[in-house]
Amino acid sequence: MSADMGREGNASISRRTVLKGAGALTGLVLYLRASGALAAEEPRKYGADAMPGGTVDDPLVFVSLQEDGIVTVTVHRPEMGQGIRTSLAMVVADELEADWAHVRVTQAPADEARYGSQNTDGSRSMRHFFAPMRRVGAAARTMLEMAAAARWKVPVSEVAARNHEVVHQKSNQRLAFGALAKDAAKLPVPARSGVRLKDPKDFRYIGKSDVLLIDGADIVDGRAQYGIDTRLDGMLYASIARPLVTGGKVVKYDDSAALKVPGVVKVVQLQSSPLPALFNPLGGVAVVATNTWAANKGREALQIEWDDGPNKVYESESYRKTLEAAARKPAKAVRDDGDAVGTIAKSQRRIEAEYYLPHLAHATMEPPAAVARMNGSKCEAWACVQAPQATRELIAEHLGLKPEDVTVHITLLGGGFGRKSKPDYVAEAALLSKAMDGKPVKVTWTREDDVRHDYYHTVSVEHLEAALDDSGKPTAWLHRTTAPTIGATFSLKAKSQSPDEFGQSAVGLPFEIPNFRLEVAEADAHTRIGWFRSVSNIPHAFAVQCFVAELAAAAKRDPKDYLLELIGPARRVDPRKLSDGWNYDESPERYPVDTGRFRNVIEAVAREAQWGRQLPKGRGLGIAATYSFMTYAAAIIEVAVENGMLSIPRIDIAIDCGPQVNPDRIRSQVEGACIMGVSLANSGEITFKNGRVVQSNFHDYMVTRINESPREIHVHLVPSTFDVPLGGVGEPGLPPIAPALCNAIFAATGKRIRRLPIRDQLAV
Amino acid sequence: MAHTLNINGQSMTFDVPDEMPLLWALRDIGGLTGTKFGCGMGLCGACTVHVDGQAVRSCITPLSAVAGKRITTIEGVGSDETGNVVQKAWRELNVPQCGYCQPGQIMTATALLHANPKPTDADIDAAMAGNICRCGTYPRIRAAIKRAAGSRGR
Repeated sequence: MSADMGREGNASISRRTVLKGAGALTGLVLYLRASGALAAEEPRKYGADAMPGGTVDDPLVFVSLQEDGIVTVTVHRPEMGQGIRTSLAMVVADELEADWAHVRVTQAPADEARYGSQNTDGSRSMRHFFAPMRRVGAAARTMLEMAAAARWKVPVSEVAARNHEVVHQKSNQRLAFGALAKDAAKLPVPARSGVRLKDPKDFRYIGKSDVLLIDGADIVDGRAQYGIDTRLDGMLYASIARPLVTGGKVVKYDDSAALKVPGVVKVVQLQSSPLPALFNPLGGVAVVATNTWAANKGREALQIEWDDGPNKVYESESYRKTLEAAARKPAKAVRDDGDAVGTIAKSQRRIEAEYYLPHLAHATMEPPAAVARMNGSKCEAWACVQAPQATRELIAEHLGLKPEDVTVHITLLGGGFGRKSKPDYVAEAALLSKAMDGKPVKVTWTREDDVRHDYYHTVSVEHLEAALDDSGKPTAWLHRTTAPTIGATFSLKAKSQSPDEFGQSAVGLPFEIPNFRLEVAEADAHTRIGWFRSVSNIPHAFAVQCFVAELAAAAKRDPKDYLLELIGPARRVDPRKLSDGWNYDESPERYPVDTGRFRNVIEAVAREAQWGRQLPKGRGLGIAATYSFMTYAAAIIEVAVENGMLSIPRIDIAIDCGPQVNPDRIRSQVEGACIMGVSLANSGEITFKNGRVVQSNFHDYMVTRINESPREIHVHLVPSTFDVPLGGVGEPGLPPIAPALCNAIFAATGKRIRRLPIRDQLAV
Repeated sequence: MAHTLNINGQSMTFDVPDEMPLLWALRDIGGLTGTKFGCGMGLCGACTVHVDGQAVRSCITPLSAVAGKRITTIEGVGSDETGNVVQKAWRELNVPQCGYCQPGQIMTATALLHANPKPTDADIDAAMAGNICRCGTYPRIRAAIKRAAGSRGR
């Protein structure tokens, strides 16, 4: 198992083979689908198998063992704060029986043929790679046991690895892992069937909270390397003026003043690509200099005339009215149980509410940044990206290279939240290195660039209606969701949310309401729309969970009891029966909607937060519960509203994400999700005027600071067992926060917040 | 023009314009990339360094303003007893998520504890309000500052 055994040759061959094979297969499948011949027999793939890169569980790819006993685990998923470099290494080390003190981590470059899917979004890393990484560790352990047994000439069944040694109990012999490295490397990798996984009760690291972050020391000493920190010999620094309207382009520019700024080396025009936006760089005018500051000064001195294109009409206030008009007219139904429209029309007790949620910017603390160096027909890049393979392919496309001639090194990400799933900024660096004859170029986005050129979270109007019977129980539910789709970033034809958007907290609600209709209205996109942590769950869950509380208030019922009653008794529902054919691309059999688990998180959080406790005037408790990314979450928020000022004394949140691999990182992700949820509810808003983003930096795009953040956050992890399939962690904590907060504000003040952000709506 | 600065106890010379912000001199010229860029307007605190022991936003501090002063960055703060204790508390409580803002948080927290060895919750919030963490590590930042204050007092 030495470090590089048999690696290089295989990797490049298999990469080419896979590419060629994939192309041929796609053509074949499309043809057969069109002719209807194969459609019925072709089984749908789920989970990691549904991802283009799939999974790899070869220990030679992920583990190396040196003779000094150091185990190096290759982590192929980008680290953006979720702790994946620590958590995946814990899984491998545990099955390997390695001593954590001798475990190191190295980051894989972009190469999905070699490593499996590296596309780090959708709260998928542990959900998809827990099992493969267990097999990696166990296979490597088996090889060490086989090497030791051969050395001692005893049956392999008599030896066992234990804490970085292999032990033969009978003869009281032991060999350190390092002493077995050379022998083990000569052995064939055992077949999956010959690899024994540990009994979960024997886990040393998995499920334990005492593991320190693998990057913790580097981070606190300032040594940790993010994309923006890359430095290469002879590197130049670029700052780019991009079109301020999506789809805009440069008409002409004058760079004479820019070229006089000391340190400025060259000014380069970058071509804008036609819409749809895809991951393409926006184009514009780049100033290349000997340092970032000179590049920025040079850019300020540019005179540019822009052609804004058709999106210059985009204006947030009038667009809200456009969405509202669409939300008030019948639209295409994607779930239609019973007769919701007829029941509501006939009802004596009809409740209606409309909710508005604005665009959001991700505002990762590390803005987009990348370094690239073109060398003849090859290009190497260093970048903070969530989608390594897409980055590799994007650079290849823009430079006219083969993907295998592009190397992308993955740095740490200073935050991702979905922004860094789109590698437009890395292509900019590659194009500029090419323009500078192969000199390495670093592109650093200013904060203004980041706020004005994001792939924004969508903007939406959610229209809800319900009919209540005499007891206050809903007999009909109509939800019309109206928002530009992420699909519009990829196709000009896309006008309405797709199943993977309305599948998030809108279509598959397991509510016991006989007449249930979800409609999806069309909306034109005028900017780049993209994934933002927990994505469409944000508007849908806000509307649904606020509306449930509104119905409870109308029925004069306790909101928690009312929510539980809507969910009904514990049962496992096939999501397809709820018109959800997407199910986060997970198997509906493996991942049914489990209302027992849903009820359980609500009951758990109610217990922990002492739901129903007496509070002084001006204080209130609000509840919301969501199921997203295969994880159940329920939050209770206590607010205090004094003289129109909102503060949050306490958040309780219960999470059932199935088995917990790294409980400390689950807690930290959920703590962070609570604060991001508070942030977007309180102050998150991007608006457009004349097609341009109005906000520019943290003074006008405000995010929650420590003094505004909840005083206490209590995360309650629901115990589980390892026979339960894993749920996601990074995103599911976020969706219940904004609705629980606004429901608490209602409890404290009697005021309903139906438009986010809250900002000054509580002013007296 | 040439500026000679005292950074982490070492003398370093920068041949750059007077008005270049300290941040870019440290990162691009000096190679000290632990100090982070976050906003360029003194709004987020990612670029915080110490100038004569005071927390300063290096993104809006021109080089001409720090000539002859003692500059400490995240790379050097561990030599300071308080800085070292703060870094240790940060590690032990697994404070960081992405970690990008944490050098700035640690520099501000260290300056706070220098000025106020036993800060209250309100003191912590007031001192740290200029440092944004987008991942939401604030509960652990509060806990780590309290831990550092406690262990320093012993």
